Amino acid sequence: MAKPKIVKFQFPECLEEMPLGPSAVAGILTEPNSGWRVQRPVLDHSKCSKCLLCWVLCPEGVIDKSKGELEIDMNYCKGCGLCAHECPKEAIQMVREGQDEQ
Amino acid sequence: MIEIRWHARGGQGGFTGAKLLGLAASVFCNHYAQAFPSFGPERRGAPVLGFTRVDSKPITDHSQVYTCDYVVVLDETLIETVDVTKGLKDGGVILINTKLGPDRFSFKGNFKVLTVDASTIAMEEMGTPIANTAMLGAFAAVNDLIGIEPILKSVDKGMPGALRERNKKAIERTYGVIRGGK
Amino acid sequence: MNNKSKSGHLDFLNGDEAVAYAARLCRPHVIAVYPITPQTIVVEKISEFVANNEMTCEYIHVESEHSAMCAAMGASLVGARAFTATSSQGLAYMHEMLHYVSGSRFPIVMMNANRTLAAPWNIFGDQRDSLSQRDTGWIQAYVENGQEALDMIIQAYALAEDDRVYTPVMVNLDGFVNTHTFELVDIPTQEEVDAFLPPFKSKNAVDFHHPRSFCMTASTEWNMEFRYQQQEAMDRARGVIAEVDKRFGDHFGRYYGGMVEEIQCEDAEVVLVGMGSVVGTSRIVVDRLREKGLKVGLVKLRFYRPFPREYFKGLSGRVKAMGVIDRDISFGYEGAVASDIKSALASAGVVPKVINFIAGIAGRDITKEHIEGMYDRLFNFTQGKDEKELQFIGLRW
Repeated sequence: MAKPKIVKFQFPECLEEMPLGPSAVAGILTEPNSGWRVQRPVLDHSKCSKCLLCWVLCPEGVIDKSKGELEIDMNYCKGCGLCAHECPKEAIQMVREGQDEQ
Repeated sequence: MIEIRWHARGGQGGFTGAKLLGLAASVFCNHYAQAFPSFGPERRGAPVLGFTRVDSKPITDHSQVYTCDYVVVLDETLIETVDVTKGLKDGGVILINTKLGPDRFSFKGNFKVLTVDASTIAMEEMGTPIANTAMLGAFAAVNDLIGIEPILKSVDKGMPGALRERNKKAIERTYGVIRGGK
Repeated sequence: MNNKSKSGHLDFLNGDEAVAYAARLCRPHVIAVYPITPQTIVVEKISEFVANNEMTCEYIHVESEHSAMCAAMGASLVGARAFTATSSQGLAYMHEMLHYVSGSRFPIVMMNANRTLAAPWNIFGDQRDSLSQRDTGWIQAYVENGQEALDMIIQAYALAEDDRVYTPVMVNLDGFVNTHTFELVDIPTQEEVDAFLPPFKSKNAVDFHHPRSFCMTASTEWNMEFRYQQQEAMDRARGVIAEVDKRFGDHFGRYYGGMVEEIQCEDAEVVLVGMGSVVGTSRIVVDRLREKGLKVGLVKLRFYRPFPREYFKGLSGRVKAMGVIDRDISFGYEGAVASDIKSALASAGVVPKVINFIAGIAGRDITKEHIEGMYDRLFNFTQGKDEKELQFIGLRW
C-alpha cells in the first residue's frame, strides 16, 4: 500500500506564478497533521505478537507492516488510541504528547 | 472604542466568551457592542479567535480587528504557537488563563500581564474545565467599563438554569482574583 | 439611542438571527429553504421557532434551492405569504426560478447572504452572487447591519405586496460580516409589526370561485407587454419604497432614507458610493478625513433595483469625482454598480470623473486604510493626476 508522500507546496510569489484557474500540482493536500495529536501510541516490540489487529483496525491506515517490525507513521497518526485499546498483548501505550514515555 | 481579542482552541467556547461580553456591554449595560469570530481560513489545528468591540456610540466599523486594547488567552498552550500580542496596543493588557503568575511570561512589548487560574475555578464550580465564562469574570475586573452585574445578567440570559448559578459562582471568584489580588 | 427599546426588546444578535426574527414577525404561511453557508443560521433559527411552537407556518424541507423557490412560488400562487433564503451557489441554482417568480408577479421575499460564486470556491462575502442576478426582475435591497436587516425584511413584504408593485424582493446581507457578526438589535413586538404589515390578501392567486390559469406562455404577440408591465411596476416601486420607509419610521422610529442615504455630501468635493457593510466602515473614514478638513462624502446605495437613476443624475452636478466600490466585477467590463451609475450620469450632461474600485472580493477585508486610499485617489483624479478608471484594491501584489 502506497503511503501518501508529503509534497511541499510552493505558494505563488507574484501574479505571474498564479496557476491557470484554481488548480495545483497533485498531492499538496497531504500534510502531516501531527500537530493535532494530544497523545501518541508507543509500541513495545518485545510484547508485540504481530497479530496485526492494530494494523487492521487503524482508521487512518498509518501502521506499516512491510518491514520486520510494525512501524507507526507519526506524520499521520492522529492519536485516536484504537490500537492501544484493542491490542491483546497491551503492547501499545498512549502517551501525552510532549511528555516522555513512562 | 475598545477592542478585545480572544484566543482559544475550537471547542473551548472562546467565541461564546466574546459574544457574552458584547451582550453584557450592550443589552445589560449602556454601551454599544459588536462580536464576531475569526472568519479566516485558519481552521487546521483549531486555534480560533473571537473579537469584541465596545463603544459609547453605535459601532459601524465592519472591517476586521487589527489592533486591540485587550487580549484574553483561554488556552495558554497557544502562546507557544501564536503571537498573542500581535496588534496589541502599547500599554495593552493580556489576561491569561493559567496557574502561573504574570512574571512567568515574557512578551516583547510594553504590556500588562494578568493571570487567573480560570480552568481550575471552572473545574471546581462547574465540573468542567471550560473556562470562558470564568475568564469573562476576570475580564470584568480588569477595568470599570462594564462591571460584574451585566456579565452575570448575560450568563442568566445565555445559559440554561442548572448551569447558571455555577457559572455565576465561577465568575464571581475570578472577578475576585483579579480585583482583590490572590 | 439610550439602549432602551420602545416596546420590543433588545438582544445581541447576528444578522442571520435578526432575519429569522423578522421572518417570524412577518407571519409567513410558508417557508421553503435549503441551507447554505452563511445563511444557515437563518434556517436553523427558524426551525427552532417552528419546533418550539413559537412560529406557525408550513416549513418545507426541500432538496435544493431550485426546489425552494419552486415551493415558495407554489405557495404564493395559492395566496400564501412565502419566505425563503439563500446565498451564492444556491442563488445561482435557483436562477431560472427567479425569472419565473418575477415574471409571474409573485411578491415573495427572500434573504440573500452575499457570498462569492465558485470557481474558485469560497464561502466568504462579496456581492457577485446577487449582482449577477440583477436582470431577473427582483427588487434588490442591501443592508448595512443587523438592525437594518431585520427592518428591511418587514419593509420588503410591505413593498412587494403593495398593489402598485407585486414584485419579489431580495434583501441582501454581507456574508459573515453581517450574517455572523453580533450587534445590538431592537426586536419589535408582534403587535407593532401586525399594525404595520397587514395580512396578505393576494390579488394574484388561485381562487376556486373565479378559476384562472397562471404562469401561462405568452406568444410573440403578447409577451413584450408583460415585460413593459414589469418595468412599470419597478418604476412605481421607487415611490413605494419612499412611502414604506416613512411609514416604517413613523411606526418604529427608524428611518433609512429610502433608496439612498447621503452622509456628509452637502459640500463634498469627492464621494464614495457603496452598498452594504462597507458603508459602515466608510462612515468612520469620512469622519476622520472631515476632521482633517477634507471635503469628502459618502453615498449609501440601499436599493440596486430599481436603480435610483434620478438621484445620481442630480449628484453628478454636485461633486467633482465619484468613487464606486464594487464587491463584484462583470468580467470583460467593470463593476455592476459603477456601470449603472455611469450610465445614469451620462444622461445628465455634467459628468464627473468616476473611479471604479473593485474591493472586498471573497471576504477580503476592506479596511479603513483602503477606503482612505480610495479618497486619496479621488482627490488625485480631481487634480488631473493619472488614475485608472478601474482599480483592484487590496491585491497581494
